[in-house]
Amino acid sequence: MLNVRSALLNKKPTATTVTKLTCLAAIMLSSTGIAQAANGLSIESWRSDDANIWSDVIIPAFNKSHPDTKVNFAPTPPTEYNSALQAKLKAGSAGDLITCRPFDTALDLYKDGHLAKLNDLEGLKQFSDVAKSAWVTDDGKDQFCMPVASVLHGFVYNKEIFEELNLSIPKTRDEFFSTLETIKTESRYIPLAMGTADQWEAATMGFQNIGPNYWKGEKGRKALLTGEEKLTDKAYVDTWKELAKWKPYLGRGFEAQKYSDSQNLFTLGRAAIYPAGSWDIQTFNNQADFEFGAFPPPVAKAGDTCYISDHTDMGIGINANSTNKEAAKVFLNWMASKEFATLYANAVPGFFPLSNHQIDIKDPVAQEFMSWRQQCESTIRNSYQILSRGTPNLENQLWNVSAQVINGTMTPEEAAKETQDGLEQWYKPQQ
Amino acid sequence: MTPSNQHDEKKPFPWHLVFFLGPGLLIYVVFSVYPLLDTLVLSLYNEQQGQSSFVGLQNFITLVTDDTWSQAFWNALGNNFKFFAIHMLVQNPIGLLLAVLLSAPKLRLSGTYRTLIFMPTMLSVVIIGFVWQLLLSPIWGISEDFLYNIGLGQYFDAWLGKEGSALITLAFISVWQFVGIPMMLIYATLLNIPDDIVDASVVDGANSFQTFWHIKLPLILPTIAMVSILTFVANFNAFELIYAVKGALAGPNFSTDLMGTFFYRTFFGFQLQQGSASMGAAVATLMFLIILVGVMLFLFFIQRRIQRFQF
Repeated sequence: MLNVRSALLNKKPTATTVTKLTCLAAIMLSSTGIAQAANGLSIESWRSDDANIWSDVIIPAFNKSHPDTKVNFAPTPPTEYNSALQAKLKAGSAGDLITCRPFDTALDLYKDGHLAKLNDLEGLKQFSDVAKSAWVTDDGKDQFCMPVASVLHGFVYNKEIFEELNLSIPKTRDEFFSTLETIKTESRYIPLAMGTADQWEAATMGFQNIGPNYWKGEKGRKALLTGEEKLTDKAYVDTWKELAKWKPYLGRGFEAQKYSDSQNLFTLGRAAIYPAGSWDIQTFNNQADFEFGAFPPPVAKAGDTCYISDHTDMGIGINANSTNKEAAKVFLNWMASKEFATLYANAVPGFFPLSNHQIDIKDPVAQEFMSWRQQCESTIRNSYQILSRGTPNLENQLWNVSAQVINGTMTPEEAAKETQDGLEQWYKPQQ
Repeated sequence: MTPSNQHDEKKPFPWHLVFFLGPGLLIYVVFSVYPLLDTLVLSLYNEQQGQSSFVGLQNFITLVTDDTWSQAFWNALGNNFKFFAIHMLVQNPIGLLLAVLLSAPKLRLSGTYRTLIFMPTMLSVVIIGFVWQLLLSPIWGISEDFLYNIGLGQYFDAWLGKEGSALITLAFISVWQFVGIPMMLIYATLLNIPDDIVDASVVDGANSFQTFWHIKLPLILPTIAMVSILTFVANFNAFELIYAVKGALAGPNFSTDLMGTFFYRTFFGFQLQQGSASMGAAVATLMFLIILVGVMLFLFFIQRRIQRFQF
């Protein structure tokens, strides 16, 4: 949910509003600015939900090994984060460490000279290229933020219903659909809990969830960027074809079913399988009184390499004007450590550290999600890097067409054509 | 110089006018006139990587002719006219009917009815949107059972989620919420009609329908005209209900997209779409012009022909 909600107000303030905000921010923050100048670090973040976790768990752990550095976690609510951060950076009153949104939002900050280059940071060696891809320049040369956490996609299922109907976890697509068929014909449960009213689930939990298996993860994503593959290619059309096949297994009136409706259908035990984002684990832990498990998107035939959407959602960088860059680097290197990864993954189940360390997660479902990284190839959502810069916006189009394909008001071929046409209007490599 | 002229010159400058008008005027200029003019100016600029340059009417031309923009624009405008038509055809006649019923002298508890019907108007649109989504929900809603109980079960559908019915359903929700306003305005006018005129018509042998048609309706026409123009302005500025129920992407397939939601997406951006202040200003300017033209047509062709009666 993090990235969905938080990106809502991704507005770029105009020149005048920026100056106004700058003055305002300068006045409001002058007091905190002075406080930070001492030997301490201040972290800008939009995760106000995690403020307690930082102050009670993560910062004390850091201070055990680095007692001299005082760290202050200073979050802003998600909807205001982007514009507030802009204003603070211009006024020179922003914290030393900046939590980075993925891709263009952070890239713009780097281009404007607000983020320091991190190419020689020791800690970066702990991360794979996929993990780092959200915070490098388009030419892949400069790294400006270090990855922190990602969210994974897959399917969450109700273990009690599976036991009752004697079902096993589907590994291939055929098994997946026969499982759905069994649930539909032999019980009154809803096979798949998803609706299309909010549209983003169709794209995020549908298209980007099962798609990587079709377009072979990073290979397909990069080919789309270079123009070698088109959205009208078989891989993409087939993804939409599978989505179209979901329709009979969704609940009645799914066209008007919202995200929270789907969550409730699952936690009330009325639906068997839920196309999930790993952030749902926290909600389900709180609300479901039955045991649930998870499985990755099924592959074409047994033994095929599986690909999962392991979407980089949060990074952290250093303010280019920080007076305390050395301490900031020490902190970043610590954030690349196994200790931080373990602390973070267990404090916020569903948000997974991106470093290559082997860590223990206590939450069984989060552990299951995490284990797919070993078995499968990771990729990120294909519309996030570069491809959503133009008009029409690819991400918005994917929401619209994926929802329509599931609704049955558009064929997979039409969906492919519409998105490809949109891309060709402004993206050179695809023209 | 005549004595009277001399008298005029000695008159002190009317400072009290400045004193009393000043604060109101200042607030009006700062918060209404200036932003409006600023929007008009902003719509003539183009922003690229933080640099803004003057482009004249280019934004408007793009908006109306360029395929990627114009499709969304005409779609939103068309939907907006449908939205308005439904309000004119449903909300205002029902408002009129309710007002006439309420003003019937023999009706008991008319105060209670009036309050109850006006109640939704006072609620937040977000609450209205939420309540109706629940009522109409195919999963938890009561409307399906209700329809089954009166034998119309087979007609139930996920109305809010279907391309063909989503906009109409939303318009009906909006009608339900705001029907109290025309009702109240017309009701107040009806109460103002002197009893002697009505009595005279009865003495002349008119039945109650004739009394309404020939006596009352002409007298409330100016109010109905005013209600229409209020509906027009409110509908073309509508945004909240759509945003609360369908989100800024106004699905399915933009079938519920109004000028307001289109403006929101353009100006603030959405998800990965970066907002564009200048393009947004162009949309806002067009909304302003559409409303302006509508109101002016109304003033020139309708308002001037309406006769007013003084009692």
